[in-house]
Amino acid sequence: MFDLDRWQEIYHVLRKNKLRTFLTAFGVFWGIFMLVIMMGSGDGLKNGVSQNFGDMATNSVFIWAQQTSVPYKGFTRGRQFYYENADVRALGEAIPEIKYLAPRTNVGGFNGASNVIRGLKSGGFQIFGDYPVFDSIDPVNLLQGRFINEIDIKEKRKVAVIGVRVKELLFEKNENPINQYIQVNGVYFNVVGMFKSKRTGEAASNDNQRIHMPFTTCQKTFNMGDAIGFFNITSKDGIPVAVVEEKAIRVLKKRHSVAPSDDAAIGHFNLEVEYKKMVGLFFGIKVLVWIVGIGTLFAGVIGVSNIMLVVVKERTKEIGIQRALGATPWIIISQIITESVVLTTFSGYFGLTLGVGLLELINYLLESSGAGTEMFLHPGINFSVAVIALAILVVAGAVAGLIPARKAVSVKPIDALRYE
Amino acid sequence: MINISNIHKTYITGNNKLHVLKGIDLKVEAGEMISVMGASGSGKSTLLNILGILDNHDHGEYLLSGIKIEHLNERKAAQLRNKYLGFVFQSFNLVSFKNAAENVALPLYYQNVKRKKRNLIAMEYLDRMGLKEWAHHLPNELSGGQKQRVAIARALIGKPKVILADEPTGALDSVTSQEVMDILTDINKNENITMLIVTHELDIARRTQKTIRITDGLITEIVKN
Repeated sequence: MFDLDRWQEIYHVLRKNKLRTFLTAFGVFWGIFMLVIMMGSGDGLKNGVSQNFGDMATNSVFIWAQQTSVPYKGFTRGRQFYYENADVRALGEAIPEIKYLAPRTNVGGFNGASNVIRGLKSGGFQIFGDYPVFDSIDPVNLLQGRFINEIDIKEKRKVAVIGVRVKELLFEKNENPINQYIQVNGVYFNVVGMFKSKRTGEAASNDNQRIHMPFTTCQKTFNMGDAIGFFNITSKDGIPVAVVEEKAIRVLKKRHSVAPSDDAAIGHFNLEVEYKKMVGLFFGIKVLVWIVGIGTLFAGVIGVSNIMLVVVKERTKEIGIQRALGATPWIIISQIITESVVLTTFSGYFGLTLGVGLLELINYLLESSGAGTEMFLHPGINFSVAVIALAILVVAGAVAGLIPARKAVSVKPIDALRYE
Repeated sequence: MINISNIHKTYITGNNKLHVLKGIDLKVEAGEMISVMGASGSGKSTLLNILGILDNHDHGEYLLSGIKIEHLNERKAAQLRNKYLGFVFQSFNLVSFKNAAENVALPLYYQNVKRKKRNLIAMEYLDRMGLKEWAHHLPNELSGGQKQRVAIARALIGKPKVILADEPTGALDSVTSQEVMDILTDINKNENITMLIVTHELDIARRTQKTIRITDGLITEIVKN
C-alpha cells in the first residue's frame, strides 16, 4: 500500500501533464475554497447579528403599560395605568413557567437633558432601577466593582453601576470611578461598579450610556410610589416564552381592570420570536451555502473523474504491461483510486487552508480596523466542518477514481498491450 | 509443461467473424525451446497470447503445468501469469518512468516483495545481463539491445516455468538479435526454462530445438532443428 513505487507512479502521472493536473486540481480547490468562504461569511454574518443580542436571554419578553382602548368596568378608554410592586408577586404566583422576573423603572434623560452631574462635567443618560436578577437576563461585562445586590435593594442604598461611556464623560481619563459620587437629578449616588456592553455597534454604545441603580432606591428617590416601568421576564428552559407572555398579559389585565379584548393597553415585545426568525434565516443561509458549496465541489470532482478517464486511456498500454507481468485488477484499481484521492485531497486541502487563511485575514483586518463589526464578526468555520469537508473530499476522490479504474481493468490485457 | 488440444479462437468485429485458430494441438515438454513461424495473420501471435493467458480461447483444452486454464477471473489469471510465465515483447514494453532496475523488479512488486529486497534481486539479474552500470537509467537512455536484455531480466526475475517471446528480435539489428538469442539459449540450457519464441526470421528459428509452422490457424509442420 505504501510502497514507494506506488507514489512514484502517482508522481509520474500527475507530473506528466502539469497544466492538466493543475486545472483539474483547481476545480476541486475552487469548490472547497468557495465552500469555506461562504460558510465562513455566513458564520460571520450570524455572529455579527447575534452579537446585537449580547448575552441576553433570548427567551425573554418585555411587557409595559400603555393607554387602554376599550371602556371596561366603568373606566373610559384612554386611561393611563401603571404596574405596581404587588404585580410582581402576583405574576410569580400565577405563572410557574417563569424563570427570571425583573421589574424595572427608568428615569428619562437619555440623549436629552443633562440629568447627571459630577463637578463641572455633566451628561444625559438613561437611568434604570433594577433588581440583581436583571444581570441574569441581560448580562454585562463588569470591568470594575459589582452589580446591584440584594442588600442594595433592601436598604434602598444610593449606589449606581455606570456604563463605560458614562465614566468617559464624567471622569478624567485615569480616574477610578469606584466610590466616587455622581449627582443624578440632584441626588448623590455612590458608584459601585462600571460595565461594558457585550453587544457591538450602536446597541453597545446605547448600553454603555446607561446607569443602573437599585430598583427600590429609584422608586423612592424619584417619587414613583410603587409604580413599575416595565417587566422583563424569561421562561424556564424548554418552555416557549410566548406561554409566559400570554399568561402574564391575562393576569395583568385582570389586576388592572383592562378589558380582556383590549389589545392596545398592554405593550409587549417577544424577543424569542424575533430571535427565532433570525435563527431560521441563518439556517436557510447555511442550507443554501451547503447546497451551492457541495455543488461546486461536485463539479470539481467530476472534473477529476473525467481527467482520470483520460489518464487511464493514455496509460492503457502501460496498464496492459503491468497486467501481463502479474498485476491483479485490484492492484490497478487501487492504484488509480489512490491517484484520484491524492489529487482531490491535496487540492482540497490547499483550498481548505487558503479559505481558512483568507477568513483569518478578513477577521484580522476587521478587528484591527474596527470596521463593520455590527453586521459581520469573527468569520470562520468549525474544525469539525473542516474535517467533514476533508472526509467528503477523500470519499469523493475515491468515487471519482472508481469509474476510470473499472474501465482500466475492463479491457482484456491483450487489447491493452496492443493499444497504441 | 504446455499441453493444448483442439484450440479454437474466433474474433468477432461487428458482422465479421474471423476464425483465427482452427483447432491447434501442441505439446511442449519442460525445458524445450520452440520457435513458432508463420505468415502474418496466420494466428501465431494469437496462439502465444492464449498460451500467455492474455487472451482466452473459445474451445479446446489448455493445461499449463498441469493447471487447466479455463474461465479464469482476471485476478487468478494475473497470479498465474506472475507465477508461471515470463514475457518478452518485440517492442520491449518497459515502463517508461521506471529505471532499468525498477522495471526488472516489477513482477516482484506484484508479489509484495519489499522494495529493498526486490531491487537487490533485480540488480543480480541485471548483472547477469551485463547491465549493472545501467541499472539506474531510464528505458529511453538505453539501446534496443539493452532494453531487450532488461525485458529478459524482468521476464526471468519471477522464476517462471515458461518464457513466451513474441518477435523478441523484431526490432533489433542482426548482431544484437544473435546476442539476444545467445542469452535466451543460455537461459533455456542453464535454468531449464521452457521457451516459446514467435518469429518470422529463419536464422532465429534455427537456433531453437523445434520449429512449428502455422498456416491459416493450423499447425502444418513441425521441424526439428
